[in-house]
Amino acid sequence: MSEHHIQNTEEHEHEEHAGLSKSKIWQVFFILLGITVVEFIIALVILPKGLVPHTAGNIAYVLLTLLKAYYIVAFFMHLKFEKTGLQLSLGLAFIFIFYFIVLMLIEGGYLHMHMNLNS
Amino acid sequence: MDSLSQLDQVKTTPWSGGRSPWSIEYGKLMMWFFLLSDAFTFSSLLVYYGAQRFSKFTWPDPDLVFQSIPGIKESGAPLVFVGIMTFILIMSSVTMVLAVEAGHRRAKSQVIGWMIATIIGGFMFLGCQALEWGHLHGEGFWWGSIPEPEKLKEFFVGPVSNVAAQQFANLFFTITGFHGFHVFSGVVINIIILCMTINGTFERRGHYLMVEKVGLYWHFVDLVWVFVFTFFYLV
Repeated sequence: MSEHHIQNTEEHEHEEHAGLSKSKIWQVFFILLGITVVEFIIALVILPKGLVPHTAGNIAYVLLTLLKAYYIVAFFMHLKFEKTGLQLSLGLAFIFIFYFIVLMLIEGGYLHMHMNLNS
Repeated sequence: MDSLSQLDQVKTTPWSGGRSPWSIEYGKLMMWFFLLSDAFTFSSLLVYYGAQRFSKFTWPDPDLVFQSIPGIKESGAPLVFVGIMTFILIMSSVTMVLAVEAGHRRAKSQVIGWMIATIIGGFMFLGCQALEWGHLHGEGFWWGSIPEPEKLKEFFVGPVSNVAAQQFANLFFTITGFHGFHVFSGVVINIIILCMTINGTFERRGHYLMVEKVGLYWHFVDLVWVFVFTFFYLV
């Protein structure tokens, strides 16, 4: 009985998961490579010239990193083609991470203001 | 009668039991849950790194710390070596998806080929990381130790802080070490799966879902590297 159900799920999956073709895989690869190249250009060409503030560069890095993460998770890890319920239950857990980031930045900011150079 | 048939209809929703509501295989779901918990571990390490860096007035400049290509160029090439490492890892991620794709078509020999390519990529990455660690250790950075004051000056743009340098060294080796450990275990698991593929285990089973499961793990390792790369080498 349960064996039968597992079999069903797997077959069902095979239908849905035929999505990622070889050309799509290489397309995602070139997107990832392109984003990395842009990061290198920012680090090696744009920032050393001093035209843009370093903070702007950092924001660009974080955004580009999140974009890369999206492509890896959505296409390579196939999450884009999974059920919405699974996407939500995995994605919503990251609320805790965002909360943690905000918390630690406030903490870091406090330390930054209240400590001297060599502590 | 009418209401009864309506009840029957309710029972056919994905959440009425009897089948996976997310129509995902058990092992893959468990892998996702494991990766989620692992993501929390890595996030906590990286968030702590961020908070430390944010709280300090000064920090070793990545362009000055990481500017060598071990064995080729001692200095003056910031980001080049780590660029090669990033490329290797993205590339091995691609060969892994290609192995999964071949598994969908149940093409055994292609799965074997792409798995071997992935394993080679993993070993290359580990080799590069060993060189990187060896180089930094040679400069004087290690858990609990930093370079001599004269040497340390070279790694800072502004004022020098021993505490910041020490925090940098500890966190760099801890976080890249933890990531490297994941790569290493990923390579070991990939080798096991490769042996099972060669033995024809998945062919007899009729599906290559195990390749997909290790694929998820391998992509996660790549994903973590994307963040480590940004926060240690770029920012």
